[in-house]
Amino acid sequence: MLQLFRPCSGFLYCHRLPEHVSTGHTFMEVNGNGVMVNEASKIQSEIESLEAKKAQIDLRISALRAQLNSSNSNCVRKERATNTNDSPSTGVSSNGQLSANMIYRYSRHLLLPSFGVEAQANLLNSSVLVIGAGGLGSPALLYLAACGVGRMGIVDHDVVELNNLQRQIIHTEANIGQSKVESAAAACRAINSTVQIVEHKEAFCTSNALEIMNKYDIVVDATDNAPSRYMINDCCVVLGKPLISGAALGLEGQLTVYNYNGGPCYRCLFPTPPPTTACQRCADSGVLGVVPGVIGCLQALEAIKVAAAVGEPLSGRMLLFDALSARIRVVKIRGRSLHCEACGENAIMTAQQFRNFDYEKFTQSPFSTSPLKLNLLSEDARITSKEYNERILKGDAHVLVDVRPAHHFKIVSLPNSINIPLGNLEGRLSEISASLEREEGNKCVDTSRGASLYVICRRGNDSQRAVEFLHRMGFTSAKDIIGGLESWANDVDPKFPTY
Amino acid sequence: MQLTLEFGGGLELLCDSVKIHKVDVDPQTEEEKVTMKQLLPWIRTNLIKERLEMFMKGDSVRPGVLVLVNDCDWELSGQLDTVLEEKDVIVFISTLHGG
Ligand SMILES: [Zn+2]
Repeated sequence: MLQLFRPCSGFLYCHRLPEHVSTGHTFMEVNGNGVMVNEASKIQSEIESLEAKKAQIDLRISALRAQLNSSNSNCVRKERATNTNDSPSTGVSSNGQLSANMIYRYSRHLLLPSFGVEAQANLLNSSVLVIGAGGLGSPALLYLAACGVGRMGIVDHDVVELNNLQRQIIHTEANIGQSKVESAAAACRAINSTVQIVEHKEAFCTSNALEIMNKYDIVVDATDNAPSRYMINDCCVVLGKPLISGAALGLEGQLTVYNYNGGPCYRCLFPTPPPTTACQRCADSGVLGVVPGVIGCLQALEAIKVAAAVGEPLSGRMLLFDALSARIRVVKIRGRSLHCEACGENAIMTAQQFRNFDYEKFTQSPFSTSPLKLNLLSEDARITSKEYNERILKGDAHVLVDVRPAHHFKIVSLPNSINIPLGNLEGRLSEISASLEREEGNKCVDTSRGASLYVICRRGNDSQRAVEFLHRMGFTSAKDIIGGLESWANDVDPKFPTY
Repeated sequence: MQLTLEFGGGLELLCDSVKIHKVDVDPQTEEEKVTMKQLLPWIRTNLIKERLEMFMKGDSVRPGVLVLVNDCDWELSGQLDTVLEEKDVIVFISTLHGG
């Protein structure tokens, strides 16, 4: 407890009034040197304009410094490809002393009795690889850059999109369309130009994983899919690197440290991959932005603890975060398994085995987060969004059933569509029959054919499942609209919102 | 015997989106104790409303589900043979992959 309260002296300094605030009122009449009120306000405004200029110059200087630093680190990167064992140039001199600049920048760390110079020096000499510059990676990278790890690698092959910005707080509107790695690296350099940032603008896969990871001490898994999690784990086991693993979905998050100090690895805990239906993605299930934010911050914290060699890293334990109920629970998990296929006694995975392992096949789900494209129906049971549009324009009698969940339907829907979520279809077939009859009554219909039945969803997978079911239930003319509302937005109405 | 059962990581969707269930589970005979082996079928019958395959595989939980008895991995207490006691808290959590 004593330690907790010691930083109070620092608190007082923080709340000292800035100098310019304390003297302003003396200009009200005549100040000590006899300066008149008019003149005083002139001086005041000149000070203000000079300060604005000074701020601009400072900004330019720090931008130039960052540029200089990044071109330096580019050179270093090339050298490092042939020699990975040298320690990065970090501001720690050969006798272990921090430079004056470093002391000032990290003073709040140095003032912590349980952290101090030694831990900061450890941090400055360490290197961290962050895989994924998304919802988890954003805050993790920002804090790791700010706190002064010596060298930081960022791996991602994606570009920044507008619908990332709600949670991927390292990226900005100005960087939409740019590579996430470049965008994240620039943000990190702007915070701390003394950290070496290495950009890996590529997908992390078995062919490059060992080579990339080998250059770092600690790995942060900030990816978003099951095969990557197994692959990163195995690579960490092969190379003996501690793995800071975080995950978030919806309103929950999970965090633990694998392969650290004899503790379990990911495969010790999850030897068999889950069924693909259990691997939900943020793009389908949604995620509250701050939830990966919380977990990503905790990942940075665990990485800092491991790098600085302070505290008790979260190994052999797992943190479970439930945002809605504001509950955090830390549970004890099993230790290293002797039978583990990656790290067990008889089965330590080799580099060669790793390179040949098919992670997508193992987990039966793809690395890429690009959505699944089913093809369940024959061609005559499907129409394109363009064809559907032509039939509307012709005034064809039809019923359009939207099988998305109700909360999706509330976001946006096509006019005159009726919402029957896929899960409720069986119990609501009579509504479809009634709608078809009503439509046939309203419009002059060739009675031999009747009104048509179309089914739509977000991307065109659930609509196929629905049509399959409807065919079995006797609605034999039901057709799905290929590619769903996404294709409607792409091919028919570019103003139609996508999500 | 009173138990608290909690479902997380999406498993709550299988039981009407309710995360915490305070339940009464009694052993089949008076001398017998309730183990996880008996609790799982009880949950299957009384709590799981849909997609059972998302919760169970064979007579255990499906791969990717962590089971915690009083905040401790059930691997450490004997998995299906874990003997439950009055007021125990059992958590079922699906591992997340998102980020
Ligand atoms: Zn293992």
